[in-house]
Amino acid sequence: MNDVAATLSTLRQLPPLRWLVSLLHRVGLRGRNAVIALPYLWLVLFFVIPFVIVLKISFAEMQTSSPPYTSLIHWVGDKLTDLRVHLNPSNYLGIWADGIYTQAMLTSLKVAVISTLLALLIGYPMAYAIARADTRWRGMCLMMVILPFWTSFLLRVYAWIGILKTNGLLNNFLLWLGVINEPIVMLQTDFAVYLGIVYSYLPFMIMPLYATLEKMDLTLLEAAEDLGCKPMRAFFTITVPLSMPGIIAGSMLVFIPAVGEYVIPTLLGPADSLMIGKLLWTDFFTQRDWPKASAVAIALLLVLIVPLVWFQRRQAHATEAGQQ
Amino acid sequence: MPSSALDSACVRKPWNDPQAEPYIRIERVTKRFGDFVAVNDVSLNIYRTELFCLLGGSGCGKTTLLRMLAGFEEPSSGKIFIDGLDMSGIPPYERPVNMMFQSYALFPHMSVEQNVAFGLKMEHKAKSEIADRVASMLKLVRLSEFGKRKPHQLSGGQRQRVALARALIKQPKLLLLDEPLGALDKKLREHTQFELVNIQEQLGVTFVVVTHDQEEAMTLASRIGVMDHGKIVQVGTPKDIYEFPNSKFVAEFIGSVNLFEGQLVTDEPDHVRIACAELERPVYVAHGISAAPNAKVWVAIRPEKIQLSLQPPSDNHNWTRGVVKEIAYMGDMSVFLVKLASGKQLRITRPNMWRHDDENLTWEQEVFLHWHDTSPVVFTA
Repeated sequence: MNDVAATLSTLRQLPPLRWLVSLLHRVGLRGRNAVIALPYLWLVLFFVIPFVIVLKISFAEMQTSSPPYTSLIHWVGDKLTDLRVHLNPSNYLGIWADGIYTQAMLTSLKVAVISTLLALLIGYPMAYAIARADTRWRGMCLMMVILPFWTSFLLRVYAWIGILKTNGLLNNFLLWLGVINEPIVMLQTDFAVYLGIVYSYLPFMIMPLYATLEKMDLTLLEAAEDLGCKPMRAFFTITVPLSMPGIIAGSMLVFIPAVGEYVIPTLLGPADSLMIGKLLWTDFFTQRDWPKASAVAIALLLVLIVPLVWFQRRQAHATEAGQQ
Repeated sequence: MPSSALDSACVRKPWNDPQAEPYIRIERVTKRFGDFVAVNDVSLNIYRTELFCLLGGSGCGKTTLLRMLAGFEEPSSGKIFIDGLDMSGIPPYERPVNMMFQSYALFPHMSVEQNVAFGLKMEHKAKSEIADRVASMLKLVRLSEFGKRKPHQLSGGQRQRVALARALIKQPKLLLLDEPLGALDKKLREHTQFELVNIQEQLGVTFVVVTHDQEEAMTLASRIGVMDHGKIVQVGTPKDIYEFPNSKFVAEFIGSVNLFEGQLVTDEPDHVRIACAELERPVYVAHGISAAPNAKVWVAIRPEKIQLSLQPPSDNHNWTRGVVKEIAYMGDMSVFLVKLASGKQLRITRPNMWRHDDENLTWEQEVFLHWHDTSPVVFTA
């Protein structure tokens, strides 16, 4: 410990670090403040600044040049008062006017909601089983849940094509079993999209659920039983409410990426499927309409963030009310 | 010995009444966890409206026995009858029993009212009835103002009372309490002890309490069952257990005791004489014991039953000499540690009856220790 402290203090004396430290000190960042500032710095660098850039582009106009959008700020003269800001709302108005975006958004939301519910239905029993399993097995089970991450996401989705296609593994297996007489069309259906999303995001549902279920006090269930509550009812009146934080966290982790999902519907879904992620891709890369695509991205963000913030505030109010 | 079966107060001491029907009958119950025998061939009768304490150190099987009464564990062999009904295979939610957990196990997502109402809700009682009974139960445990709070907003003592109210709301005939006062501080404990006894008498419920705290057991219990290594070693009233322990283990476990190894010299029906190497004079006990001549025995004398004096006693038995090594003044009484010539250290307590102590015993003073011939308890080793 002393060695580390000594090394650190020597390091601090070196010119570039010394300047940095004194600069940070001057703006009031020292000790604990500096530690708290780190995550904020991260958020500003990798979330706020990119967000502002996208927001800026969404109010610009498309043009065939590099970059492919107009600047928002124009100088009409040399003085500071000659600065003109030109905001172009037509991208957003266009989204409204063109029904295809609203339709795609609704389809995406529907797919995300159904996938989240399916992931919850499949993930909850799995998380429950792992949390209640013998301690010896838990580590191994969790390992198996996250093992697919060792392979690339794209590869795993591709692998499903091989399984689901008309001449694929699953059809051949079912034919061999004699369950079906001719291949079923599974690839390029909504079923394949749900399957792909649930398969890909299931670990994100299981992990937070496991975390809350694992730390639950099991004597609460004994207390419930002791008061005349049958095990099934105890599950719904005690276990489920107490695992609500895990249910919410897991559902968010599945729902949010599922809404904007591009890869899975493109590879597994019907060719004509209208999902917001696919539209976004087309706008950016095929049409090269960056302002329109940015506006779609911002609209998507608002659709996700606004209900979330509302929900969180309501939760906070409920907790506060409970404390009085 | 304990009061006779002809005692006129045998209504309040049903264990002395051969006609009395026990409310709980534990018949040769054994519980094994793998190779470990947690409860070993225990038989026990507990009567209606008793406050029975299972007392023992950690790992003695007392909690396992309680959990078998509640139905959380099934006996490996033997049977448990509650109110004459065989409890084998009956799940906890169908037993006429409620339990107060050591950790209280209050539902953290429910308010105090919802916690207390839980048992009635499971019985699908009418809303108005539930509200009335919850209100009166909260009044009983003096928590009427706290009904809307969540458990984490309560103090330890308040949580304990919520747990009690929740366990009592279904008006069980039998309430099981696992270390009910374990999590409370000393002041609150003493207060709560009396409150528990009060509520128990008021409602006429049979209580079975598990505790490792002998003081708690002494104040609460109508009878105590002392457990050791999965077996019940003695059952009796607190007074029986303290004054007439049946083994060295019980004598040492309950309260403190001075123990001497000795050899039986004379064994008559009305008295025995025992030679103890550690004591200067023989021990004379005013009742007979049945043991082999010259048998090795243990003599136990409680600290408060030994008197200190500066003059030598006139008898030629039941006394010895020593030097005061430690004096601990505790207010209501003082504790003396006296070292004998043999090197053995004795513990003696005596009440501080006068504000000015004439004797003024002090460190390194030579004192005589003597006791009455009914005070020693003799165990054959």
